[in-house]
Amino acid sequence: MSKKLTTSNKVFLLKVVIHLAAFLSLLNLYYLAFNDQLGADPVQRVIHFTGIGAFNLLLVTLAVSPIAKKFKLGYLLQVRRLLGLYTFTYAFMHVLNFLAFDLQFAWSLFFNEVVKRPYITIGMITFVLLAALAVTSLNRIKRKMGRSWQKLHNYSYLIAILVSVHFYWSVKSELMSPLFYMLLTLVLLAFRYTKLKALILSIFVNKTR
Amino acid sequence: MLIKIQPKSALKTSDITDESVYLQRRQLVKSMGFLGASALIGSAIPKTANAGFFDSKDTDITNFKTTPLTFATDTDNLSLIKTPEQKVISHNNFYEFGAQKHQPAELAQNFKVNPWQLTISGECDNPITLDYDDLTTMFSLEERIYRLRCVEAWSMVIPWIGFSLARLLNKVAPNSSAKYVVFETLHDPKQMPGQDDRRLGGGIAYPYVEALRIDEAMNPLTLMSVGLYGKTLPPQNGAPIRLVVPWKYGFKSIKSIVRIKLVSTKPETTWQKLAPSEYGFYANVNPNHDHPRWSQASERRITSGGLFARNRIETLPFNGYGEQVAHMYKEMDLSKNY
Repeated sequence: MSKKLTTSNKVFLLKVVIHLAAFLSLLNLYYLAFNDQLGADPVQRVIHFTGIGAFNLLLVTLAVSPIAKKFKLGYLLQVRRLLGLYTFTYAFMHVLNFLAFDLQFAWSLFFNEVVKRPYITIGMITFVLLAALAVTSLNRIKRKMGRSWQKLHNYSYLIAILVSVHFYWSVKSELMSPLFYMLLTLVLLAFRYTKLKALILSIFVNKTR
Repeated sequence: MLIKIQPKSALKTSDITDESVYLQRRQLVKSMGFLGASALIGSAIPKTANAGFFDSKDTDITNFKTTPLTFATDTDNLSLIKTPEQKVISHNNFYEFGAQKHQPAELAQNFKVNPWQLTISGECDNPITLDYDDLTTMFSLEERIYRLRCVEAWSMVIPWIGFSLARLLNKVAPNSSAKYVVFETLHDPKQMPGQDDRRLGGGIAYPYVEALRIDEAMNPLTLMSVGLYGKTLPPQNGAPIRLVVPWKYGFKSIKSIVRIKLVSTKPETTWQKLAPSEYGFYANVNPNHDHPRWSQASERRITSGGLFARNRIETLPFNGYGEQVAHMYKEMDLSKNY
């Protein structure tokens, strides 16, 4: 059966699976949360679920190209944008949950927390970067941006590092999960060693010029 | 002893968990299991076999049998809106049974509380050891409806059953060297899986230790609780006996106590030792002193209602119990002694 599937069919099916998993999870989450069936404190649950969900999706997104290369599955690259957009969607819900359900639109408290708490500051910077990547993912914009598009989207590596720090910094004492995520992030970045080295060097060269 | 509490923050009419909510508990647990299917995206790293989403479907959090208690009801605080019982017993910080708030309710159901021994010793004339039955029979029990403010900026209102710690301490007759009272939770990794597993147990040191200054311990508000909502404590809430210090952050209110010791010097306590810049010895609820990583100026009161519950309220100094306790800290700089 699978041999007969054309590449575009495979991409289509993969996208359906991604939509189902990512979107239905959110739908289910909010259905339970709105009906007060998500434990005693649904606010905390939705914040954690969307936060860790965004991180999971980011890691999956970053895993696509190493996997595609290793197993010669080039078509996988075609679902990267969808995964990236879901990463942004989850991150957006994460921030929205914090603002709308936890702080309950106490805007001054929100801005205070963003400025005063380093882990939230880092989280917000990460979110803004993610938003920039999401907005520029449209084909039309991508074409217009030319070379600078890739430059901008290289920030996904920085995003991954910032998110691990945000997670690590946010917990009270249980450091195993954040450390595990940090390790995963580093592994995924290690696959890009050459590229990252060039990126870092280019910053250095530009500065000294 | 009758304690008059006139909170300036008095809320509206009483709201005892209605039966329909209670009867939904199975459905609630089941729906958590349903979420398990979609936890692919939202769950953290793969769970260990005994923790988390995936087995919650089969976990009955009311497996542990509690028994009704006889007590004098608290008629002074009927104006406080209580947190529904189902939420009080399913949202717990009790790292011995898992660092996630839903875990203690799931992992503590087979906890053995009888036999139990609570030893009170140290700088006193009559050290004693209480057995399980003594805990509920040695003193007449009273209900105390208290606000509980967690250091994580959420709060509940809980009808505890118990007796003043002062009555117990008077029984052992502290001597003049008794300046502090140290409390210790049971250490039994076989029963408390978090004590043996850094990830499950949140990476804190065990056994859990807390302490009060002697005058704090003798304050009439300080309660030794053996029950809540009219029945003996479920294990996730600290059965068979726990401390409740309503003007301090929740982590001071140590659970499942086996040892109380009167000492002459200020002891080190679990959270304070782990992160002294974040958790102080006193840990008095103080809206003007933020946790380094989040504001303590307001809190979310956990009541009924889902995501849209508008429940963010101002946090009060000493959690609203200033009239009864502020005098103990008159000479102190509370921004230093947090």
